Amino acid sequence: MSEDIWSEANTTPDAIEAAMRELLRIRHAANERLAPARVLNLVVIIDREWRGEIANRLERAGRYHASRTVLCSVQEGRRTLDAMASVASDEDASGGGVIHEGVEIDLGPGHLPDLQTIVDPVLIGEIPTIVWSPHGHEEAVRALLPLTDVILLDSDEPLEPAEALARADALREEVYVIDLAWLRTTPWRERLAASYDLPSRLRALRCVEAVEVGHQERSCASGLLLCGWLASRLHWDRVHLSGGLGMYSAAMSRADGEVEVSLRSFEQEAPGLVGVTVTGGDGSSLALRRGLGGLDATEQLADGAERRWKILGASRGESGILGEGVRQALLRDPTYLPALKAAREMCPI
Amino acid sequence: MSTAAPLQITGSNPLVEGLERLPVHPTALVIFGASGDLAHRKLLPALYNLAHEGQLPERFEMIGVGRRDQEHEDFRDAVIDSIQRYSRRRPDPNVLGGLLCDCRYVQGNFDDDAVYADLHRTLQEFDEQAGRQLDRVFYLSTAPEYFPVIASKLGAAGLDRAADARTRIVIEKPFGYDLASARLLNAKLLAVFQESQIFRIDHYLGKETVQNLMALRFANVLFEPVWNRNYVDHVQITAAEDIGIGSRAGYYERSGALRDLVQNHMLQLLALLTMEPPTAFTADRLRDEKLKVLEAIVPCAPEEVPEMSVRAQYGPGVVGGEPVPGYREEPGVSPDSRTETYAALRLHVSNWRWAGVPFYLRTGKRLARKLTEIAVILKPVPHLALQSSGSVGIQANQIVFTLQPDEGVSVSIAAKIPGSRMRIVPVNMEFRYGTSFLSESPEAYERLILDAMRGDATLFTRNDEIEALWGIIDPILEAWALDTTSSIPAYPAGSAGPEAARELTGDSRMWRRL
Repeated sequence: MSEDIWSEANTTPDAIEAAMRELLRIRHAANERLAPARVLNLVVIIDREWRGEIANRLERAGRYHASRTVLCSVQEGRRTLDAMASVASDEDASGGGVIHEGVEIDLGPGHLPDLQTIVDPVLIGEIPTIVWSPHGHEEAVRALLPLTDVILLDSDEPLEPAEALARADALREEVYVIDLAWLRTTPWRERLAASYDLPSRLRALRCVEAVEVGHQERSCASGLLLCGWLASRLHWDRVHLSGGLGMYSAAMSRADGEVEVSLRSFEQEAPGLVGVTVTGGDGSSLALRRGLGGLDATEQLADGAERRWKILGASRGESGILGEGVRQALLRDPTYLPALKAAREMCPI
Repeated sequence: MSTAAPLQITGSNPLVEGLERLPVHPTALVIFGASGDLAHRKLLPALYNLAHEGQLPERFEMIGVGRRDQEHEDFRDAVIDSIQRYSRRRPDPNVLGGLLCDCRYVQGNFDDDAVYADLHRTLQEFDEQAGRQLDRVFYLSTAPEYFPVIASKLGAAGLDRAADARTRIVIEKPFGYDLASARLLNAKLLAVFQESQIFRIDHYLGKETVQNLMALRFANVLFEPVWNRNYVDHVQITAAEDIGIGSRAGYYERSGALRDLVQNHMLQLLALLTMEPPTAFTADRLRDEKLKVLEAIVPCAPEEVPEMSVRAQYGPGVVGGEPVPGYREEPGVSPDSRTETYAALRLHVSNWRWAGVPFYLRTGKRLARKLTEIAVILKPVPHLALQSSGSVGIQANQIVFTLQPDEGVSVSIAAKIPGSRMRIVPVNMEFRYGTSFLSESPEAYERLILDAMRGDATLFTRNDEIEALWGIIDPILEAWALDTTSSIPAYPAGSAGPEAARELTGDSRMWRRL
């Protein structure tokens, strides 16, 4: 990886944009087989003191890097803009490669209400823009909405689940939302869908009697979204879960019976889900648990027999989930919104 | 409380909508030729990558069948070694361990009934562990002479179908040696399996750029108006390799360039480029359209072969600054070999859309560089009001699909050079996969193995299609085989190919530079 850098204190958005153009011109003149990536702009708004951690998360997002990443670091008391621009490329054996561009702008809280006037000039035109604001800064997010195609957020933090899901729902009215809490449920949704694709199990979806979802303490929203997904896909009537101390449940109506939905918090290092158990009317059940190298599956048959096996798949880790969030900006998932609405209806009061 | 309409589950799975990865039912994959090169370089790493990404079925079992005498553990160790060496990502030990913890090896000759009895027992054992019959995929990664033997033995052992699961057979290339042998092989396979169970693989069809050819043609209105004889002057399809035959002399001496690449990959590309839009992107609708256009390619009459085709062999030369031997000096090659390492053809698609448009195909080993591309060269503008003096002038627009090394599409257009005079130069508008998508393209084999397990034959070749492909090539092979006296032109290794290939395009057209 080679990198060219420009920086300037007390600068302007126009100067940053001009510097970026010049960096690209120089790099292309040095090797015309390098092409700038033109997929997505990613705007990240962070607290200055957490810059290192967020930069590391972005760095480890695997191959899913935005074409141009604009990192806005908010520093108390700052009134001017300092900026650094960089272009970096990995060249393959033939000398070709893709250029990724980065801009870091240090700014103050006073800049946030009009952040669009700073960010707009440094974005690449005609490609989608994704905004991620992991430390709040709602006013900055609001300011950027006219420029934004996709909001990346995480309903698992830092708000309470009800508040976080309500925020996602409100933003969904204006832009497309990618929720990292939802993406944490993807392997579980894929595996449940695959497990119930077998004709023998597909019939059992009609008479599910209980669903128990376990989640890490801070990932209640993920748990609710999985329950919401099942409820929306299987057309269950929704009611608020009730309970306390990390255990919530409710009976919901389905076509010809009831489903007991319960949500339980567990200690676990990794954010996201811990396990899912779906129990059918005949007493059979399928349980998936997080394990090493994939999910551990246990099938309990109606006659009491039990089978265990491993469903293979490497953990993506939090960086992988962030990378997946960026990649999802190119896609549209029609099932998130119904799941989100259902999750809000099930959210414990 | 919200009240939703009651759920009606009538066969389709309501949990699938919105998911990127479609379910694959529990499967046992049996690889014949499991100790061979293809299995170790391509298939096993592809399986690992599918496992890593969580794309394998919830229950997945693997059985290797081979002639090498080894225990399960030895096979497992060899598989681990291959995956570590050839996988596109570093293996996760937990996933790798899970993938191989119960993989089995069945040793024996492919015509030995005991192999199939052993296989039957092992599959039953897996079924019992799973509490249900697993779908079965038999992957034939063996020398082609074993394809009918294995199919027949599978049938005789009752392994061609299962009461409560699906059984499929995947056949590697080459599918036949000529039209007659392809027909015979089809007949032998179809005597045991139904066509819907047979998956004839052409790994080119699993490449993203090949699939993108269809996206570009059928998801854009931009190209369709010019995609015909009125605007297309000619088409060039090139599959050039800079390497020699390596250690494959035994195979290559029997095959040659025409069978190795033109009969399958290059004609498939031609079919995808020229076919009519399918009414739906399903296996049979797509293959119906490919078949129609392949049947519109009129095979050469024997007397036309010399003017419609060129064959040649690479001689000694220099590649990458290093001297390399000629084909006839390669180990294992006969000193008087007449096998072609270069083939070029001029074909015509005799239908309303393409009448009169020549399609030039060329492939060769030890050429100047590695390049696979399809170039659609449009006709020049009918009248040029702009002066061309003082510039390189106008060239006809070209739409180029590059399959390797840089997957992408470029469109050449004429543009004005900045300045006070109207001087024109061709420039390229380029789309490169790496610059426009975040994700890395999966290996073709990953996609194709998954499709075979799911029973989706869209990217596989149907029996009638295979026979149509051979029907185009057969007259050329026959004419070349009959001509045992004329000398075979040589081209220096590391060059752009033989001089004789220039005559194929005529004076008004030129091959694109490699």
